Amino acid sequence: MSMLAYDGTAMLGRQLRRVRNNPGLLVLTQTMPITMLLFFGYVFGSALAMPGEEYRSFLVPGLLVATAANGIMTGMFQAAQDVHRGVTDRLRTLPISRAAVPLGQAVADVAVTAAGMVPFLLVGLAVGWRIEGSALQAVGATGLLLLFRFATTWIGIFLGLLTRNEEAAGQLGGATFILPLLSNAYIPTEGLPGWLRTLAEWNPISAVTTALRDLFGNAPVLEGAAWPVAHPIAGSLLWCAVLLAVFAPLAVRRYGRGEG
Amino acid sequence: MTSTYAVLSEGLEKRFGEVHALRGLDLAVAPGTVCGILGPNGAGKTTAVRLLTTLLRPDGGSARVAGHDLVREPEAVRRSIAVTGQYASVDGGLTGRQNLRLFARLHRVRGPAERAAELLDRFGLTESADRPASTYSGGMHRRLDLAASLIRRPEILFLDEPTTGLDPASRNLIWDAVRDLTADGTTVLLTTQYLEEADQLAHDIALVDKGRVAHTGSPSQLKSLIGAHVEIVVADPDFLVKAAGVLDQLTGGEPSFDHDRRSVGAVTRDTTLTLPRLVRELDAAGVPLLDASIRPPTLDDVFLRLTKESAA
Repeated sequence: MSMLAYDGTAMLGRQLRRVRNNPGLLVLTQTMPITMLLFFGYVFGSALAMPGEEYRSFLVPGLLVATAANGIMTGMFQAAQDVHRGVTDRLRTLPISRAAVPLGQAVADVAVTAAGMVPFLLVGLAVGWRIEGSALQAVGATGLLLLFRFATTWIGIFLGLLTRNEEAAGQLGGATFILPLLSNAYIPTEGLPGWLRTLAEWNPISAVTTALRDLFGNAPVLEGAAWPVAHPIAGSLLWCAVLLAVFAPLAVRRYGRGEG
Repeated sequence: MTSTYAVLSEGLEKRFGEVHALRGLDLAVAPGTVCGILGPNGAGKTTAVRLLTTLLRPDGGSARVAGHDLVREPEAVRRSIAVTGQYASVDGGLTGRQNLRLFARLHRVRGPAERAAELLDRFGLTESADRPASTYSGGMHRRLDLAASLIRRPEILFLDEPTTGLDPASRNLIWDAVRDLTADGTTVLLTTQYLEEADQLAHDIALVDKGRVAHTGSPSQLKSLIGAHVEIVVADPDFLVKAAGVLDQLTGGEPSFDHDRRSVGAVTRDTTLTLPRLVRELDAAGVPLLDASIRPPTLDDVFLRLTKESAA
């Protein structure tokens, strides 16, 4: 275990140094959710029944979770790039902990996500979003969001190790933008036809988004929704636990095994 | 089975679906030597290296690397080896210095910063140490790669085509590093497309073809398998047959004609045949000789001949 901690810390340092060497990439990934907040908030917002400011407050937690779900994309791209460029193979020939490399990547990703949230939340405050709950609830919301990011990154790492090709991973990763469209991140699910509503509410993004809206005090939990959305905090924790229990061991096993 | 070999494989097999990449690879590499693995593309060289470095699991056979069983003790194998090659690479997103410090940390080296600085200096990378490795030229990248493998002196170093595409200066730097390493007792397993490289560095060569070792031996042993090539050119084509008769007696090889060049050639394994004797005998037979040569075989000849034989 101490071997895992030591090697994992070294690999975490590697990922953070990569970000520091190329800060432009970080800025670029942060502009996307901000742009979406402004576009959706003012363009869609004026077409919705909900008043504009109320919609923007509704949208901020949704975009936070949608951005966290991008962990699939970034995790996949980074893992596939390492395989493609031979970095993974070199690390595999070292006498280090097998889990250290994916773990270091996942923890670094969460740290970078946390830092990247700050400018987004500042823009959120500027367009009318507020933390209406207690400070403790806000900390809980942040913790839940980062836990969700940690889980989605592991999905991405596993898929990246399967894809083994950075171009394919880039293409496939781009397709993950549809995931938050099938949830309550951008729109309320009440208006959706029955089967589509069920599908959207069983999307993990919906549970986490509802939990954030609840903890930040932006929107009440709806009665009559599917279980994970009706019980958003328990639902989110369960979703994260399930995703981690499935994908972290799969990724570590895949990493240790190589391609055969 | 304790072995006195640094690398010993017996009947190593690997399949990728329908493709039988290795069909029983037997390899024995003595400690402190350089073993060159030569073979045409697709012969199984890279698969062999990937198996022996624990990157792939064999489907059959067994191997010991540094005395450790490849399948049962992969961790112990990894503690004894280092790998540099076309597929095992450093991180382009980090600078040269950051890369070496990372690998030094992973190897539990005391003073990773000092070790990194030392290796950067040795491989002529100090000036570019703080640039991302992705901006390095091919030669610099390969030097950094090799430096990363030498953080801790490995018992066995695997070099997969270490100088492919490099300029002569970078190539010489890598060759010198390999010679230094073996002088210190490291065993080197080298795959290469350049026969000159094998000739320069390798004590022993394993010629791999179709997933098996077809021939082994020192470069000079392999060359003597082929024999020297004797060729003469005559002034008058009518004398070709007569010249061939003389060559046949001297070499015992089957003469081959090139009527356009009015030449006849043969292969000899007789190392006592000298050019003066060749010329005297032909002159005595009345052959109007224009040119004569005895060319010792190169590893290229060996390679072409032996891989052609096994294809037939």
